[in-house]
Amino acid sequence: MQSLLAQSINLFAVALLVLAFAMIAQRRILTLIHLFTLQGASLVAATLVVAYVTGQHHLYWSAAITFVLKVVLIPILLHRVIDRLNVRWDVETLFNIPTTMLIGIVLVIVAFNVAAPIASLSASLAAGTLGIALACVLLSFLMMIVRAKAVPQVIGFLSMENGLFFAATAATSGMPMIVELGIAFDVLVGILILGVFMFQIREQFDSLDIRHLEKLKED
Amino acid sequence: MEALALVLAIPLLGGLLLALWGEREVAQDLNAAVSFATLAAAAWLTVLVIRDGPLLVWGEWFFVDPLNVFLVTLTAFVGFTTSLFSRPYMRVERDHGKMTPGRMRLYHSMYQLFNAMMLVALTTNNLGILWVAMEAATLATVLLVSVYRTAASLEAAWKYFILCGVGIAQALFGTILLYLAAERAIGGGDNALLWTHLADAKHLLDPGILSLAFVFLLLGYGTKVGLVPVHNWLPDAHAEGPTPISAVLSGLLLNVALYAVLRCKVLADGALQDGLPGRMMIGFGLITVVTAAFFLSRQRDVKRMFAYSSIEHMGLMTFAFGLGGPIANFAGLLHMTVHALVKSAIFFAVGHAVQKAGSQVMEDIRGLIKVNPTVGWGLMLGTLAILGMPPFGVFASEFLILTTAMRELPWATPFLLVALGVAFAAIFSRVQPMVFGETSLRPLAHPPALLPVFVHLGLALMLGLYIPPWLNDWFTQAAHMIGG
Repeated sequence: MQSLLAQSINLFAVALLVLAFAMIAQRRILTLIHLFTLQGASLVAATLVVAYVTGQHHLYWSAAITFVLKVVLIPILLHRVIDRLNVRWDVETLFNIPTTMLIGIVLVIVAFNVAAPIASLSASLAAGTLGIALACVLLSFLMMIVRAKAVPQVIGFLSMENGLFFAATAATSGMPMIVELGIAFDVLVGILILGVFMFQIREQFDSLDIRHLEKLKED
Repeated sequence: MEALALVLAIPLLGGLLLALWGEREVAQDLNAAVSFATLAAAAWLTVLVIRDGPLLVWGEWFFVDPLNVFLVTLTAFVGFTTSLFSRPYMRVERDHGKMTPGRMRLYHSMYQLFNAMMLVALTTNNLGILWVAMEAATLATVLLVSVYRTAASLEAAWKYFILCGVGIAQALFGTILLYLAAERAIGGGDNALLWTHLADAKHLLDPGILSLAFVFLLLGYGTKVGLVPVHNWLPDAHAEGPTPISAVLSGLLLNVALYAVLRCKVLADGALQDGLPGRMMIGFGLITVVTAAFFLSRQRDVKRMFAYSSIEHMGLMTFAFGLGGPIANFAGLLHMTVHALVKSAIFFAVGHAVQKAGSQVMEDIRGLIKVNPTVGWGLMLGTLAILGMPPFGVFASEFLILTTAMRELPWATPFLLVALGVAFAAIFSRVQPMVFGETSLRPLAHPPALLPVFVHLGLALMLGLYIPPWLNDWFTQAAHMIGG
């Protein structure tokens, strides 16, 4: 039973990684939000399993916060934003998806190599997944670089936060509670501010294309 | 303990109060009063710490030691003088129709919350809370950068948010790795991220994890410090926001971020024992100084130019702390102090000059000394001070940094000298016609607040000529704490 549960952590970790790849390739904004919600759900599941196996009670709280924030609150906010901005059915043109995916694979290899020596030191049962967590962070980073619209960039940012939370759970069985609460609060305030921003950008440029935001350059 | 509670509670409550009343006429004075009360509490705290030694309170979650107490006082002081400057400045902005009542309320409330978050970041003993407070300080200022709602300010704020968000995410990963190392060395739990515990056990921390953690922490908090190549948000955010915000960003936030790096460096140094963190900081610092100096000569916008000057000086401080040792650390701390004082004074003078000219482009600002001699002299003296002219304090700290570099790292000295020379040529050649030269500008409708400018410059002058013994002890102790 224990080993089965430990393996299920790996399963959820892989789900997180696959979803990170799927987000890079996804062109529809609505599907992107669904993928993000799904990623949040796998994070919650992984946290719950770690909590059950290690008996660390505060991880249940951490899972609850993640659920409320990443599966309920933020997706609802994102849905409302895309409704009010009328970009629900927008499809973004992405160039060179295969190349981006190849870069993504290189990033995963780098992440595994960087994390390998450290993962072998960690006492936590899910230590092997530290590489996956770092890979998720780097993939979200890549997504933020290649996307030109505001909403996908924000989702990339949030997905990076998912990767970081997963790293905290996997490698250390959870940061101290107060720190996690603080981080969750910052993320929530951050997303609210970004929501306000998107309306301001839209008002100013009649579009959510970040390419408008490249005027401030050195002459 | 009560003093620390007051230091943290006053700006926090002030922020809430101003969220209700921030648009009233009295809010300007209320803002200054809250900042003054914070400064008074910080001064009380400083006296207590000098008399009774370091504080460690509230379940060891907050602490005040020689390193952070001087930054607390500096933050409260510059916070207060900036609030004085913001009174006439924001009145003019409001009269020009740039600030609506709603925006005034946002501005005043966030100004206090920003100060509160910086003070929390400085005094917390928990590296996780330090991260949370740093992020909260960013969030508090991000809407202030875009408060004018122009295309450029929106772009600047978006960049500020996204780049600093990504940067601070790296710092979070570094903190997680630090916690991982702590779990192995001193056991997990709520106390494992307490800096004092980690510092006591720093020799036990795993060097492999700590080296990787420090890379992420340096890059992450370094984004906030403005280290090249992760500095892109800084010139935009400084140039597009209201000038009081530029002053506190440049004078205070960058210092707080550098402080976070220093705390992490102490731990990494203890675990690694091979000087790698110092060498990384030397590398980043040197690249930052040189790159920023060459970007200076390409600027046309006055606030942007001084933002690049801030990047240059932060690079110099990072370099000094990277060198380590009692003298370089002392010089770095002194430079942090005088840079905060002089740079905010320059932004005060620049703010009035820009309002007078109605433009931030340097070619449009001419002959300040004829229309308003005090603004002109303030800008000129501030510029001379920031460029490292004796007898100002910046000269003393730069001299110490350069002589230490000559002794310990001779090859780096020419780069520093060239960079300082290029910066001098670039800034002086632009400020000179702004101050002198012919003009057709009219005086301002509201009398400018020049007291802060000259108080700051006076203090910087004093630090160049004479450092009081208690301040000297204080710097020496702080330098010792960060590995002097």
